[in-house]
Amino acid sequence: MQPKIYTVTEITREVKDLLEENIPPVWVEGEISNYTLHSSGHRYFSLKDENSQIRCVFWRWQAFSLSFEPEDGMKVIALGNITVYEKAGQYQLYVEKLHPLGIGKLELEFQRLKERLYKEGLFDEQHKVPIPEFPQVIGVVTSPTGAAIRDIVKIIQRRAPDVNIILNPVRVQGKGAKEEIAQAIRDFNQYKKVDLLIVGRGGGSLEDLWAFNEEVVVRAIYDSKIPIISAVGHEIDFTISDFVADLRAPTPSAGAELAVRDRTELIKEMNSLLNKLVSLQKSTIDLFKREVESLVKSYGFKRPLDMLTQLSQRTDELYKALSKGVKNFFEFKKKSLSLVLGKLNVLSPLSVFERGFSLTRKLPELMIIKDAGLLKKDDRVEVKFLKGKIESKVEKIEKE
Amino acid sequence: MGKEKSFEEALKRLEEIVQKLEGGDLSLDESLSLFEEGINLSRFCTKKLAQAEKKVEKLLKLGEEFKLEPLDLEEEE
Repeated sequence: MQPKIYTVTEITREVKDLLEENIPPVWVEGEISNYTLHSSGHRYFSLKDENSQIRCVFWRWQAFSLSFEPEDGMKVIALGNITVYEKAGQYQLYVEKLHPLGIGKLELEFQRLKERLYKEGLFDEQHKVPIPEFPQVIGVVTSPTGAAIRDIVKIIQRRAPDVNIILNPVRVQGKGAKEEIAQAIRDFNQYKKVDLLIVGRGGGSLEDLWAFNEEVVVRAIYDSKIPIISAVGHEIDFTISDFVADLRAPTPSAGAELAVRDRTELIKEMNSLLNKLVSLQKSTIDLFKREVESLVKSYGFKRPLDMLTQLSQRTDELYKALSKGVKNFFEFKKKSLSLVLGKLNVLSPLSVFERGFSLTRKLPELMIIKDAGLLKKDDRVEVKFLKGKIESKVEKIEKE
Repeated sequence: MGKEKSFEEALKRLEEIVQKLEGGDLSLDESLSLFEEGINLSRFCTKKLAQAEKKVEKLLKLGEEFKLEPLDLEEEE
């Protein structure tokens, strides 16, 4: 079997595919040589060490990520993909990120820690505690001698003179800084009597700010039950503390501003609330007043009055009726009296005389005689008539 | 962090009162007592704001005990 004969292009393609598919993006450390910035904006150079070198290309469109201007002899680390430049049959590194060594290493560490802690969930929003709107006591973890504490105190006292500040002084850079910062945060959590913490420092180099990228500090912030505002460096500086804190302030001064609301603003707000309150109350009272007025005018309310006039009218009527009644009563009584008198009359012995009867009494004892048998011949009797009387002598007796 | 009502609570309550009054549906007595409470709250808040304590202290840890000490920033400089 004939061996396969490749063209140069074909074998170059094979090599290219092999290399590009099998080597993932890599970090490469080395020294820059043959550095050229082409008029196209692309940068070409080699990275070398004692034994080898590799060609590198840094495309113009990656330049935004460059934080320094590379030069020959500079030690750097580069992140990129191994590719094959077919025209020259050269493998080379397409650089995406380039950092001066030293700081580059820190940067790398920063990225690695950030990624690890991110994956662990330390930056999750659900772990973040809301910043209290009106903290009364604010704890500060920073250097007692830096500009940060002075800025923080000045701003808090200007905006909120009623708020107390407690500083837990720490070193913020150099040896021991990370342990002191972490311990200060834990101390405040043990002390408990603060509503909010501001943890930070003023601006500085990446190394100066490094303590706030240390895991021990990041974990202390994460574990804090007290809400924390991180306030490290300048606007452009991001530390891992910023990611884990409940709120990131771009600077210590901004941290102080985020921590307390300006009291003069609050008083304004309060006064407008008060005005609203007063005008609301006025309108409420007006409302009730109108309601009362309309009630007074309403038939329902007028009814009692109406009833009163009606009643007085009725009273008058009744009075009339009564007086008439009384008169009638007396007339009636008078009538009944005459009736009774009439009856009395009938019963009176006198009325019997009126009807023609007479009364006979035996003399001299004036005994009323109801039985002729009680009398004897020649007894004397008195006979009384309606008008006058006579004495007579019994002549004849008929007994029954 | 005292037991006394905080500024925060007072302001919240004041907002609540204004909302209730805005909502209507209150008896005259209710609205009057809310109004009175509102006025008192606003006095309380203003007083609270005027209390310029201006305390700046330093946290000291002595074993397991904590102590506060006045912080003089000028001296520390």
